[in-house]
Amino acid sequence: MALLEVENLEVTFGLRQGAVKALRDVSFTVERGERVGIVGESGAGKSVAAFSILNLISRPGYISGGQIRFEGQDLSKLSSDAMREIRGNRIAMIFQDPMMTLNPVLTLGQQMVECLKAHRKISTQEARLIAVEKLRQVHIPSPEKRIDQYPHELSGGMRQRVIIAIALLLDPVLIIADEPTTALDVTIQAEIMELLLELCESNNVGLVLITHDLGVVSQVTQKAIVMYAGRVIEQGPTKEIINDAQHPYTQGLINALPQQTLPGQRLNQIPGSMPSLQNIPAGCAFNPRCEFVMDVCKQTLPGFTRSGGCQVACHMVREMKEKAAQEAS
Amino acid sequence: MTTPVEVLDIPTRPSAWARFKDTHLFHSFTRDKVAMVSFGLFVLYALAALFAPLIAPYNPYDPASIDIMNSELPPIWQEGADPAFLLGTDAQGRDMLSTMLYGTRISLMIGICAVMLQMFLGVLIGLSAGYFGGRVDSFLMRMADIQLSFSTMMVAIVVLAVFQAAFGAELYADLAIFMLILVIGIAEWPQYARTVRASVLAEKHKEYVDAARVMGFGSGRIMWRHILPNTLSPLLVISTVQVANAIISEASLSFLGLGMPVSQPSLGSLISSGFEYIFSGAWWITVLPGIVLVVLVLVMNLLGDWLRDVLNPKLYKG
Repeated sequence: MALLEVENLEVTFGLRQGAVKALRDVSFTVERGERVGIVGESGAGKSVAAFSILNLISRPGYISGGQIRFEGQDLSKLSSDAMREIRGNRIAMIFQDPMMTLNPVLTLGQQMVECLKAHRKISTQEARLIAVEKLRQVHIPSPEKRIDQYPHELSGGMRQRVIIAIALLLDPVLIIADEPTTALDVTIQAEIMELLLELCESNNVGLVLITHDLGVVSQVTQKAIVMYAGRVIEQGPTKEIINDAQHPYTQGLINALPQQTLPGQRLNQIPGSMPSLQNIPAGCAFNPRCEFVMDVCKQTLPGFTRSGGCQVACHMVREMKEKAAQEAS
Repeated sequence: MTTPVEVLDIPTRPSAWARFKDTHLFHSFTRDKVAMVSFGLFVLYALAALFAPLIAPYNPYDPASIDIMNSELPPIWQEGADPAFLLGTDAQGRDMLSTMLYGTRISLMIGICAVMLQMFLGVLIGLSAGYFGGRVDSFLMRMADIQLSFSTMMVAIVVLAVFQAAFGAELYADLAIFMLILVIGIAEWPQYARTVRASVLAEKHKEYVDAARVMGFGSGRIMWRHILPNTLSPLLVISTVQVANAIISEASLSFLGLGMPVSQPSLGSLISSGFEYIFSGAWWITVLPGIVLVVLVLVMNLLGDWLRDVLNPKLYKG
């Protein structure tokens, strides 16, 4: 049984202008100890997907369809108390901006001890020892002293380490990291990503990494999910997706990496921008920006086609596969 | 894998006082003369109120120590004064200095207790309204609007007058202090509720609140332990002004005869009791407690102004 199974998840935001579907038909699984990357432009629904796993979408958003099963339990059927027991304890989350995620008026120790005591019946002394131990695990020097400091006394990289330590505090089996390194500068980014990778590997923790940095995805994850306008358009083993992307959108993303161009050359880009969720074009949502657009793309939504280890939602790929199959037979 | 880059020796934590001495609050305090004088005066008032029974030369509540023959003696710098009564006596022969000390004690106590009640109600209601939002918010804030549409004085006068008429002046005299605290406290909670709600609305979308929810904390804990401490600085500012307002409200009610009884005078009832003698030459019975009241309220307002400037991050000059 997979650790986390998301099946046909649909999230709707009831806005004044009408209901807007932020996620449609999103399905993926995360195995125990597996690291999965979710990639996509801003507004593709990556963060909504992450929050819906924890059942924490704030109004006017709500889960309007599909199932999220965590260790076999359907999360949407859990009482709010049972859900609270899972949050933090079994699934932890790391946020984008380390400057904002720690409460400015509480010391690190207070925040960590509080978190431990909310889920376990232990004394403050024991909780402090665990907190110091976790701070040491994330390579914070002299954690016994740091633990009594306030968040503003730490640098950005340090704070993100503390946040990772807090995420690991209760030994969760799954960590959801929502762009954990975007707010940090590049050298710190690499350090933090390596730390996260190391800790996930040594503790056999599953990781859902949400990012728009394909470089990070290729380094850290085993499986990648590419999202566009609220749908999964391609998913499969990271290596295959990076080396041999099938969907024109994924190809565009990879071509847009600065490494793909020579110095002095103009950077590649995908023309246009993502449609707003209120008026997604008929057929394939990517059709206005796709250079291989065909008539069928503007009319029907592509289903998933298997291509190697990947699943791709693209008419062109399907036709190519069909042609190849015919030729083979 | 990564190795720690910094190996810093972090000095042990300085004491709380040493840390306070380094704060922006303390620095701007030492540079602001008005704030220093106001704070000094306020401390003086607080001490005088706290130790009134020790400082006061007479006990104005003790009828045995009052001699009607000593009534309306002027303060010491005027002719016909008795050196035993430093600031003169009132119409009943009570020592003005002692009466004013006890009066300040009662006025400050009513002011501070009423504000504590306001703060309790306001924080509770404002926090719930801001955090839960939606219908709870609309309902609580309409309640606040309704409460605000009755002026404090009107509510207080109606409630106190009805109470006095219903239960008699004697029972009222015993309970006056609690009634004043209740009435002023309940009439002014919307100030706090609105301030807290506004701050909560700003705070609750910050990531640390999401992070707290992700850690599996319940609403109550997030509200009281995570959001509330981040909204305290505007509360501190309005508290100083509200204490001053509560003292004024109490004085006005006492002046109108609905506040503290003459046997247990607050500053307001002292002013009121001396008012009829002001034209017979005994001005000090009204003017001296008046000055004490005005200075007290002024000091509180100046402190509030200073706090507002210091705690406002937009005015922070480093």
